[in-house]
Amino acid sequence: MLSSRVRLARNLANVSFTNKATTAQLQQIVDTCRGAIVRVAGGGLVRWVDLHESSPLERTALVERHLISQQLARGKVAAKASSSEKTSASSGPGGARAVAFTLPDERLSIMVNEEDHLRLQSIRSGLSLTDAFAAIDKVDDQIESTLEYAFHPRMGYLTACPTNVGTGARFSAMLHLPGLRMTGNIEKAKRAATDMALTVRGFYGEGSEAAGDFFQFSNQTTLGKTERMLLEELERDILPKIVEFERLARKTLVTKHRALLEDQCYRALGVLTHARLLKSEEATPLLSMVRLGIVLGVVKGLDLGVVTRLLLLIQPAHLQLVAGRELDQDKRRVARAELVRQRLGVSSN
Amino acid sequence: MKCDRCEQEATVHELRVVGGQKVEKHLCESCAREEGIQAQGPGSVGELVGQLMMAAAGPSVSAGESKGVVCPSCKTTFAEFRQSGLMGCAACYSAFERPLSGLLERAHEGGLQHIGKVPRRQAVRGVVAAGGASPAQGKRTTPPGESASDGPPDRAQMISQLRKQLEQALKHEQYERAAKVRDELRRLEQTGGSRKTEPPPPGS
Repeated sequence: MLSSRVRLARNLANVSFTNKATTAQLQQIVDTCRGAIVRVAGGGLVRWVDLHESSPLERTALVERHLISQQLARGKVAAKASSSEKTSASSGPGGARAVAFTLPDERLSIMVNEEDHLRLQSIRSGLSLTDAFAAIDKVDDQIESTLEYAFHPRMGYLTACPTNVGTGARFSAMLHLPGLRMTGNIEKAKRAATDMALTVRGFYGEGSEAAGDFFQFSNQTTLGKTERMLLEELERDILPKIVEFERLARKTLVTKHRALLEDQCYRALGVLTHARLLKSEEATPLLSMVRLGIVLGVVKGLDLGVVTRLLLLIQPAHLQLVAGRELDQDKRRVARAELVRQRLGVSSN
Repeated sequence: MKCDRCEQEATVHELRVVGGQKVEKHLCESCAREEGIQAQGPGSVGELVGQLMMAAAGPSVSAGESKGVVCPSCKTTFAEFRQSGLMGCAACYSAFERPLSGLLERAHEGGLQHIGKVPRRQAVRGVVAAGGASPAQGKRTTPPGESASDGPPDRAQMISQLRKQLEQALKHEQYERAAKVRDELRRLEQTGGSRKTEPPPPGS
């Protein structure tokens, strides 16, 4: 059970959605939202980033921290990417868009001009959907007090994509399920989720793969249920089940396949502490195995926090931020291996 | 990951098995297009949704019915929506109301009436415009059936919503979900207590 996230999709009344807005309108939306958010933040520390003015590196780093989506980083909102000669200004890269997030915890972030004008997001570690929702609910109220949302009494909050209409709320949880994967039971867990009308995605949400055995579970429908019902479906009904499946799978590994388990964990550790070149696709599953090892007490003497931090730092943009300069792919592989060896405390290597 | 043909980032990945051998291709969108491969990047989930919704709608949405419909506000046509899966503005929802309702019902498993949170401004309007324009009656995130001032229309709506969802769940053989909906329904119907003002649902 890694993290819980609640996302609310909102749009301003009286202006087209981002996929149809003109360049001028997009800028206007950004300005309006900025005003509202600044007022809401009051004295609180909030960082605002105008994404159409930031470097690709900065944008990638924000994606890696789960503060913005890949879609917002890229700036392409219109789904018809193949016919980008459309007149709509927002379908080209660089349409006005931004993100605001709280410092230093980054638990609350607001994307401006992604698929919807506003995407409010609240993240908590562990299983705390209720807390995450309470926080975002409050911010939603505060923002709404300074600007008007597009809302319909029957259809609820109006969103660009009809699959988000109604509550506009998506509750999701990120789980680490190496046990299920190793015992060949991931499909079973996914089926249980789909049976409850939930979707399962990878580490970076929509369109991503399940790297390192990290899976994101979220509700699929948003209309016809209250926010509380959606939250409970996830938190009370489906997640405990998946967590229990994983727990049992891990128990099986420890009791019946201990040699295999130890081998996998120590091999991972071996590569991580000795490799001179590491690709991120390679490093992530290895770190995932080490993480499992630590949690199950198979790997000793390593702090879980170090591994969790490394999962972020090995990402391309963060690697370059740590190095303090831009690195091409080959240099990144060297830097990644060095960073990993260093953080895992291998001094004599 | 770089495109096989150029320096761009590869977003289209094709895996084919040819004569027992795996053949992988990694291309960027433009090279993929040139090779005639259908690109479906993350941005086109909306497109996929649009297609799925249209497929689900079936014969009820005839080409003729949706052809001429254009949103008066942003000029989006229904055809454009079908392709992108995205509405152009708030007014599109009213403009495309008819073809949309079937799609919404299927996408949200029977859900057709919003019963969740309502923005404060709407809540105020709902109370003032007592002509029944806002069925949600301005209830904020109050849990159903708990507040004494919850008018019968609120509960009736929720109950009818839940019944529809129960039907849908059973139809799709999602028995676990059906059980949850049934439990929620029972809870609601019980807390109604003496206020049994709603008529029996048709055909139940």
